Amino acid sequence: MKDTLLEIKGLTKAYPGVVANSDVSFRIGKGEVHALLGENGAGKSTLVKMIYGLVKPDSGRMALNGADYAPADPHAARASGVAMVFQHFSLFEALSVAENVALGMEDPPKPRDLARQIREVSETYGLPLDPDRTVGGLSAGERQRVEIIRCLLQDPRLLIMDEPTSVLTPQEVEILFQTLRKLSAEGTAILYISHKLEEIRSLCETATILRLGKVVDTCDPREASARELAEMMVGSSFDPVQREAKAFGAVRLKVSGLSAKSPGEFGTSLKDISFEVRAGEVLGIGGVAGNGQDELLAALSGEIVTAADMVSFDGTPVGAQGPEARRKAGVLSAPEERLGHAAAPDMSLTENAVLTAAARQGLMRGGFLDWPKARDFAERVIEAFDVRTPGPGTAARALSGGNLQKFVIGREVMQDPQVLVVNQPTWGVDAAAAAAIRQALLHLAAQGTALVVISQDLDELMEVADRFGALNEGRLSEIRPVQGLTVEQIGLMMGGAHDMEVAHVDA
Amino acid sequence: MDLGAINPVLLVASLMVSATPILLAAIGELVVEKSGVLNLGVEGMMITGAVVGFAIAVNTGSPLLGFGAAALASAVLSLSFGVLTQYLLSNQVATGLGLTLVGLGLSSLIGKPYEGVKSTTLPDLHIPLLADIPVLGPMLFQHDLMVYLSIALVAAVWAVLKFTRFGLILRAVGESHDAAHALGYKVVRIRLMAIAFGGACSGLGGAYLSLVRVPQWTEGMTAGAGWIALAIVVFASWKPWRVLIGAYLFGGVTVLQLNLQAAGTRLPVEYLSMSPYLITILVLVIISARGYHGAPASLGRSFYASS
Repeated sequence: MKDTLLEIKGLTKAYPGVVANSDVSFRIGKGEVHALLGENGAGKSTLVKMIYGLVKPDSGRMALNGADYAPADPHAARASGVAMVFQHFSLFEALSVAENVALGMEDPPKPRDLARQIREVSETYGLPLDPDRTVGGLSAGERQRVEIIRCLLQDPRLLIMDEPTSVLTPQEVEILFQTLRKLSAEGTAILYISHKLEEIRSLCETATILRLGKVVDTCDPREASARELAEMMVGSSFDPVQREAKAFGAVRLKVSGLSAKSPGEFGTSLKDISFEVRAGEVLGIGGVAGNGQDELLAALSGEIVTAADMVSFDGTPVGAQGPEARRKAGVLSAPEERLGHAAAPDMSLTENAVLTAAARQGLMRGGFLDWPKARDFAERVIEAFDVRTPGPGTAARALSGGNLQKFVIGREVMQDPQVLVVNQPTWGVDAAAAAAIRQALLHLAAQGTALVVISQDLDELMEVADRFGALNEGRLSEIRPVQGLTVEQIGLMMGGAHDMEVAHVDA
Repeated sequence: MDLGAINPVLLVASLMVSATPILLAAIGELVVEKSGVLNLGVEGMMITGAVVGFAIAVNTGSPLLGFGAAALASAVLSLSFGVLTQYLLSNQVATGLGLTLVGLGLSSLIGKPYEGVKSTTLPDLHIPLLADIPVLGPMLFQHDLMVYLSIALVAAVWAVLKFTRFGLILRAVGESHDAAHALGYKVVRIRLMAIAFGGACSGLGGAYLSLVRVPQWTEGMTAGAGWIALAIVVFASWKPWRVLIGAYLFGGVTVLQLNLQAAGTRLPVEYLSMSPYLITILVLVIISARGYHGAPASLGRSFYASS
């Protein structure tokens, strides 16, 4: 056992109606890579926010290097040598890299010195970065480098990383891990938060497993199997997804030479994308976030209108049609952003059901809405997808992320789609519910629907897709059958390691 | 029409005076919006500053005390907006409109006894040497203190936003309050400071109207100057020097069209009266037509920190 750096004793934090952390205790050794493992909602984020001084615990205490540690705010935490890389980046898009770094430092040097330091550290750790660039124009991987460099410039003793790999290609993940191992060898402890089991098994020395706010186990992840870890995390075993053997039918969705400009200021435009999806087939589209996923979904759903022949459905050009016309024909979609895109936050589930299902489910009569029928449809979705909610009258905002995700996917699946396009279908959903959603998608394919599943979760794509392609800077890679595809090949299809290099420090 | 009646030296000199109230209000609002808050109450704060400044100047005989009191009064008024929007999370647009209505009503109440009263005004400074330059001297260097203060304020705001850490933090808060909070910056406190600064600037602008430009108190005398200041901030793409250009352009066209009216031009008066609004907006739209507009990304959004 290494010397203890951070000791946590009996930390408890309750919010109205939910206990986020209950009597959590564990210790992190100096230079140790410690995993914090748990499902969404297990209390990982609250716990690290307490360590970083963003949230005050109700009770319990922490000790850093044997001395009492109770940071009043992140400034105090940083002054004590605790740094954090956030899951949703804490970056400012309109500011430059150097300005972003300066904002995260206690006592930043003069701008010119800072730019030089950023260059030095970025070269040392193989994370090339130009301090003068505006963050809004950087890729997700580059943004993460900004966060990491911001932390490294302060010589932290404890580096907290909250789900750092969700935006990286497998090659980038490998390079990140090498950087982290070097840091650990230099004596920096790392608290690594993730629900990706294989990553934790290859990187971490100790794992603390949280479930429903409580520590349920501590183990050496290198000696446990992924299956064992998953069961500790979920608390029970769940059914793995079953694939059914199937034959593909005729081409339902055909995209040829699709190019479209992104509507957003910092978005990615689509460049010359072509593919076909047959009846009963699932096309998986991977890629690092921000490489055109949102735009592709918008172009297929009709939110972005293109030349008519760029998108065709059953041989009919539909590229020039809006979402309503495509939905009527049977081309349905579920976008990534649940609140504000897939669902209107302040409207009830019934109203949200009407918004996409009115035409296909016959919820309109002579221009008037048929509320009893709409309510009935919403209830069927809630029932079939096990959405935990008091009833269809509840506002979408009041549902947890996972439950709302089940509802918005279910709403499309229940409409008997001919073509279904989903983006990040299981994002933020617990493992058992994710398995249920994937099962529903596969079931739909078995009935002859053509599916396009856009996701950043490679394991998910390998599980459901028949063929796989990756988006990189708005272009689609060659599409290959999933069977026989290696992780390395997938990484290269996603654009490889971009311009990252292996760290140059000697451990 | 007799264009010879228009004296270019006087024109430029009065342009600077005419632009100063809007410039003061706009530069204050720019700081407020850079911190991510949309305060539509500029008009109300200006007119409150106008009446308070006038009343204090009349009672004490000191216009400078009047300006000080105007800045203070409008800052206090703006903090009521601050408390409502930052702590009680009320809607910024509705609260700002309410602030304008409150300011208009409050000012006519306070101002009743002061209608038709005369106040002492700020003396013009004669800057040594510079003021004696022919043509340029009377144009630029024989104004009162507030004209130069307003320009200095633009320079100061520009420098603080661009070069200082405080300016960086202020911009960061306006850009993404969630990220700023995650890094440990006090979003609400910084925004309240910006709101109070914006209020004080609006108050100075209003007092300049009633103490120097007119100089007299009449009900509703700001006559939309606050709204013009708001528009200038947007069309200036939140850039301090462009705010100066916008305000001077507006002031210049206002003075010019008044001169044209006096010179008896054959253009209908209605067209002349609308010209300052039209030309200012047109020019600033053309300036900001290309590229990145730089609206603070969190502008007008409420911030609530969970803890």
